[in-house]
Amino acid sequence: MQKYVCKLCGYVYDPADGDPDQNIAPGTKFEDLPSDWVCPVCGAGKEDFEPDN
Amino acid sequence: MQPVEIKKDIFWVGAVDFESRDFHGYSLSPQGTTYNCYVVKDEKNVLFDTVKHEFTPTMLCRLSKLMDPADIDYIVVNHVELDHSGSLPQLIAMCRPEAVICSPMGQKAIEAHFKDWEQWPIKVVKSGDSISIGKRSVCFLETRMLHWPDSMFSYIPEDRLLISNDAFGQNIASTERFSDELDRAVVEHAMTEYYHNIVLPYSPQVLKVLDMIEAAGMDIDMIAPDHGLIFRGKKEAEYALAAYRRYAEQKTQKRAVIIYDTMWHSTEKMAYAIAEGLRSVGVESRIMDLKHNHHSRVMTELARCGLVIVGSPTHNNGILPHVAAMLAYMKGLRPKNRIGGAFGSFGWSGECVNAISQSLSDMGMELPVEAVKNKYVPGHEALAQCAEMGKMLGQALIDKCAADSARA
Repeated sequence: MQKYVCKLCGYVYDPADGDPDQNIAPGTKFEDLPSDWVCPVCGAGKEDFEPDN
Repeated sequence: MQPVEIKKDIFWVGAVDFESRDFHGYSLSPQGTTYNCYVVKDEKNVLFDTVKHEFTPTMLCRLSKLMDPADIDYIVVNHVELDHSGSLPQLIAMCRPEAVICSPMGQKAIEAHFKDWEQWPIKVVKSGDSISIGKRSVCFLETRMLHWPDSMFSYIPEDRLLISNDAFGQNIASTERFSDELDRAVVEHAMTEYYHNIVLPYSPQVLKVLDMIEAAGMDIDMIAPDHGLIFRGKKEAEYALAAYRRYAEQKTQKRAVIIYDTMWHSTEKMAYAIAEGLRSVGVESRIMDLKHNHHSRVMTELARCGLVIVGSPTHNNGILPHVAAMLAYMKGLRPKNRIGGAFGSFGWSGECVNAISQSLSDMGMELPVEAVKNKYVPGHEALAQCAEMGKMLGQALIDKCAADSARA
């Protein structure tokens, strides 16, 4: 599954891990994250992420 | 203005700011601060970080005792915040270095801070990259969000020296340069104050970096931060590393802080009664009136408290401004693993305690005891209710401490 990187702080969202602190289960695709989900490190919104290659 | 040799051919050339009291606009620095930067003399002369702009002459004075500034070959920018990069434009113009070395996020930050960056010989390094400077090498470790995206450590393995930028920093202005020259309690307090007002939200990143240092088997016998005192010797370095792990883990501690503001002393009386209740079950506390205690002092106190109890009278259907500001500041610093409580007096509507409870709960705190509010001036019965609240919160804290150590 495609990983996404936060353009502001460099945090990488890995769908395999999800984001347990924000109740995102492992296996959740980036596209399926709720629109109010924020970067757990710097607080950036989804729009500040880009595919991690 | 002399440089200080911290290891053979490695010198501190920073500046001491004895007058600093307002640190970056949000925290107090009651003991002043320092802007540390370091120069390594080798086949390539390397400067690590610079100082706040107005201290550039001080730094140049120290540096000039060692070499002509034009002899600097590389400038390493571990962090682009202006208290460490303020001298960059002037220094680059004077030194004409072969390279200005920074992290990938550092490059972005430099571009957004300095108008002349296109003329600078920027060289981007990533975690794991290293450069040879003669007898020594410099290895780089990106420490994103410890405490800005651009933050980076530089490690010189031949000298077992970690140049750690803001991590392990303390706001202390003194002529001493090493942590072992000051009373341990002074150093501990300043490091706690710095961490809990600046680094605390990035505690998960701190733990990752500490794990990386361990996993890589980095041999460190000196940690040189960009503020405050240098930790020399293996024992001192280990002390700093262990302190950071302790701060970042945020294990529950059996102590409380009671924070309040008051109009006619009613909420104040409630605060003192709650402290008596806590004490009766063996939980000590510190009562902090926000008119006399800056929000950064409260965070330093919170470092050793597993219980936060916040009080305010209801004023115009809301929270008094000092308390509202305190809650906003605390929320941003993302304290973890605490329990909370709310209290306050009111005249007619009394919304405030609910708003405080909501705010604490939004920070992820559990509120095990119902908030106490009292109409106008608390009498014996109301104060007994406050003491009872303190007792119950104290017991909840004791239970949480026990549950935490059972898990460990």
